[in-house]
Amino acid sequence: MSRLPRPVAIALLALVVLLAAYPLYGAWLFPAKHAFLMQKITGIMILAIMAMSLDLLVGIAGMVSLGHAAFFGLGGYMLAILSPEYEAANIWIVLPAALAIVAAVAAIIGALSIRTTGISFIMITLAFGQMGFYFFNDSRLAGGSDGAYIYVMPAVEIAGISLMNLENKLVFYYLVFGLFIGAYLLLKVLLASPFGRVVQAIGVNESRVKGLGFNPDHYKLVAFVIGATIAGLAGFLGAAQYGFVNPAMLSWHQSGTALVMVILGGMGTIFGPALGAFVLELARMGFEGMTEHWLLPMGLFVIAVVLLLPKGLAGLLLQLGAKPAPEPEDEA
Amino acid sequence: MDSKPVSRRTILQGAAVAGLAGASGFVPTKFAIGNTAKVKVGIMLPYSGTYAGLGEAITNGMKMAIAEKGGKLGGRDIEYVAVDDESDPAKAPENANKLVTGEKVDFVVGTVHSGVAMGMVKVTKQSGTITIIPNAGANAATGPMCSPNIFRTSFSNWQTTFPLGKVAIEKGYKNVVTMTWKYAAGEEMIGAFEEHFTSRGGRIARQILVPFPNVEFQANLTEIAALKPDAVMCFFAGAGALKFVKDYAAAGLKGIPLIGPGFLTDGVLKGQGEAAEGILTTLHYADNLDTPVNKTFRAAYEKQFGKGADVYAVQGYDAGQLLVQSMAAVKGDTSAQPALIAAMEKAEIKSPRGNFTFSKAHNPIQDIYLREVKNGQEMVLGVAQKGLIDPARGCMAV
Amino acid sequence: MDVWFFLIQALNGVQYGLLLFLVASGLTLIFGIMGIINLAHGSFYMLGAYTAYWLALKTGSLLAALVLSLPIAALVGFGIETLLVRALYKRDHLDQVLLTYGLILVFNEAQKLIWGSDVHAVAMPAVLNWSFPLTDNLSYPIYRLVISAVCAVVALGMWWVIAKTRFGMWVRAGASNREMVQALGINVKLLFGLVFAIGAALAGLAGAIAAPVSSVYPGMGDSVLILCFVVVVIGGVGSVKGAFLGAILIGLADTFGRVLVPDFASFSVYAVMAAVLLWKPKGLFA
Repeated sequence: MSRLPRPVAIALLALVVLLAAYPLYGAWLFPAKHAFLMQKITGIMILAIMAMSLDLLVGIAGMVSLGHAAFFGLGGYMLAILSPEYEAANIWIVLPAALAIVAAVAAIIGALSIRTTGISFIMITLAFGQMGFYFFNDSRLAGGSDGAYIYVMPAVEIAGISLMNLENKLVFYYLVFGLFIGAYLLLKVLLASPFGRVVQAIGVNESRVKGLGFNPDHYKLVAFVIGATIAGLAGFLGAAQYGFVNPAMLSWHQSGTALVMVILGGMGTIFGPALGAFVLELARMGFEGMTEHWLLPMGLFVIAVVLLLPKGLAGLLLQLGAKPAPEPEDEA
Repeated sequence: MDSKPVSRRTILQGAAVAGLAGASGFVPTKFAIGNTAKVKVGIMLPYSGTYAGLGEAITNGMKMAIAEKGGKLGGRDIEYVAVDDESDPAKAPENANKLVTGEKVDFVVGTVHSGVAMGMVKVTKQSGTITIIPNAGANAATGPMCSPNIFRTSFSNWQTTFPLGKVAIEKGYKNVVTMTWKYAAGEEMIGAFEEHFTSRGGRIARQILVPFPNVEFQANLTEIAALKPDAVMCFFAGAGALKFVKDYAAAGLKGIPLIGPGFLTDGVLKGQGEAAEGILTTLHYADNLDTPVNKTFRAAYEKQFGKGADVYAVQGYDAGQLLVQSMAAVKGDTSAQPALIAAMEKAEIKSPRGNFTFSKAHNPIQDIYLREVKNGQEMVLGVAQKGLIDPARGCMAV
Repeated sequence: MDVWFFLIQALNGVQYGLLLFLVASGLTLIFGIMGIINLAHGSFYMLGAYTAYWLALKTGSLLAALVLSLPIAALVGFGIETLLVRALYKRDHLDQVLLTYGLILVFNEAQKLIWGSDVHAVAMPAVLNWSFPLTDNLSYPIYRLVISAVCAVVALGMWWVIAKTRFGMWVRAGASNREMVQALGINVKLLFGLVFAIGAALAGLAGAIAAPVSSVYPGMGDSVLILCFVVVVIGGVGSVKGAFLGAILIGLADTFGRVLVPDFASFSVYAVMAAVLLWKPKGLFA
């Protein structure tokens, strides 16, 4: 992946600044809805983390997964299962444990799945995703189809001193914001590394990579596990936000929505899918507010985007950015 | 439906009013709000997907109850804010939050799907927003999750089938196959039946759980034929109920009596046709209930919406009545929450199903009727259990 | 388990599999042969069911409703291919995912606007509304056997058209090399439009013919969509024979899964799918 054109980089940076400062001006801009919008944006950033992680698989490495939500849901369920019922879990134990389990499961599923390519890969990830869904839906392990609660948020403490109170919506906003930016930077650094270059090459032409003496399977597996683990982190945050998990978090609908965010935003750009998450969710909120029949404008909107913007929103931005006088963009 | 989304102007007006009320701090809140600000009623129901019809019936019933009493709550005008929850539990907390934090509603009325209700209750329990559940039967909502601000005008899953255990014994069934979808609502209904039935000496020949929401039953019907039980007790609803009853009859199993909660035939009886003849069910309502309240309600509903009312419309209607009664008791002062909750707890609802009051855990104390399908009509045979109180297992908060 | 019980369950499995094939047959054309990832396939199924319900009410005859609902589904399919899908052939396959995802939303809302959100039953034709006895207390509905027969005919017909006719040859050639077929003087645009229309019509036929047994309800398309993909993929993408055998396999797996390992019934279908793809990534009969 090449470096972003300067105007695009500036526009994105402006968006990030807008996000970072939202709690400061939000109350002034939206007096009645500020608190809700802050939580809504928190939720969107969580979905954006998931969309970016899926982009590593789909847009970069060329592995189209329709089972990514399984890792998102698993991350959330791990928080629910590992948390004691009436006291706060220790985040330094729960979070690494949850991510380790997600990574382990992803390693198994990934090792099996990457033996296939193309359509078969889509379908085998779908199959594993559905197995994950039914595992939590049908077992009494964590509330079955009704879902389960996390009654007390994990405590973030060092030597007994509380570092942050996750019950506080503002604190949680900045935690998610930090992880959102962190996930983006991590993915960018990863792609710039020698490992990342091989993964990108696999996405373009796998047999050439093989011809150069690399074993693509190793690289694909590592990329799969990294993507899944980041999705697990997103799911962990999603479960923590409202303290509720449900098997629907693992469903193919959820995987499909993430995939739609990736395609809508622009595959292979990492920032595009994040943008896609924002646009899709804000469009949904806007249409829902306008009409009871919101599915109709929402569907037409998606269709219009796919027809008019061949490379997604990111493609549009990059095209505009390449011109001498770019339009200022504000999406959020 | 006439629930309009909030325009920016109404938000600004609301904010201005709130600001004024806040500024004039010495005036008691009751008068400051008075008749000026609208009561905000948040509605969280499915308007798309499989349960869309239920969401519509509940909304109709609720708005009708309020319109009958002048269209106001405690003298204040009402603003409805509706959210389509799509029956998607993954979006449930966020949708509830949209009403509670985003719209700052005074009441939340919702929802149909149990899993969605669990996510919703998690949010409203924390915010303290008064919540009325007009359908979802998850035992936990008035069990472990019970809360002073959470009420239910429908039923707990336990309530609908517990009396059926006794009915089965009285009918002389000793060996029964139970069957439902493999999901929480189904397992809770089957569980309550089994609890009562086995405590009186009945035997469960087999518990068949069908993958949800699969509606292909042939394999399990063959299984039932081979087991030859005295009766089959089952729970399905909506399209699943319609199909199961027809498949059961087409498989020639009508020799084995079919019993279940009333959802097995309610709303789909016409479609089931002859196949439903003789099915014995228990429920807190029956379309043909011969009471003046029910007849008036049904006639008015039919006139207004052009179709017959069902149990879901009744539950919505009663949610509306609960709002009207309790708001009248506090003269529209939503800020006096303890008084409002006390009024709700004391409310006696003159429901089309018969009068009911609320248990300590805020679930209806209601008669469960025994009904049988005869000549395509749901006939009420009598009361299977009078004034049934949900045991509210695990409820410690109230 | 005695032999009779086993045989009847096998019959159930095969019969369910045949129904699955009918539902998935349109997808075999659109996804399997043309390579279009069409998530709106379930919507055509729903369209067929609702038009059959509506026409049966208007005409009073299910047969008339069936015959009339086919061209409606075909026309809608043709329109969608011409106006929307056609613009995407030269683009990434995933753009089709996005497009057809948008179509699902539009279809679902349109269904609600036109027909409302109630559950409806469709009356079975009186001649077919009976069952014949299998054991002392179990009978088999004749309508299900009729469905099975229709499925078998559709399967044979499809195989014959695709494998043996000139039209089928063009379709196969067009799917693998568009330019080449174009160069041979065949109107590829029209050809693809027709194949898409036929695929939509088959899904509509499945919805219409299954309506009397499955009833008609909002969101019914979403419930069959994933199973259709499972069937097409297990059998082998692009092969009519594969989809047919894949459907029977899933029908049997579901039926026996439920009876033998009821706690893992949902799980088992997808476990079978994963196992098949691991063993033969291109499907069993590709």
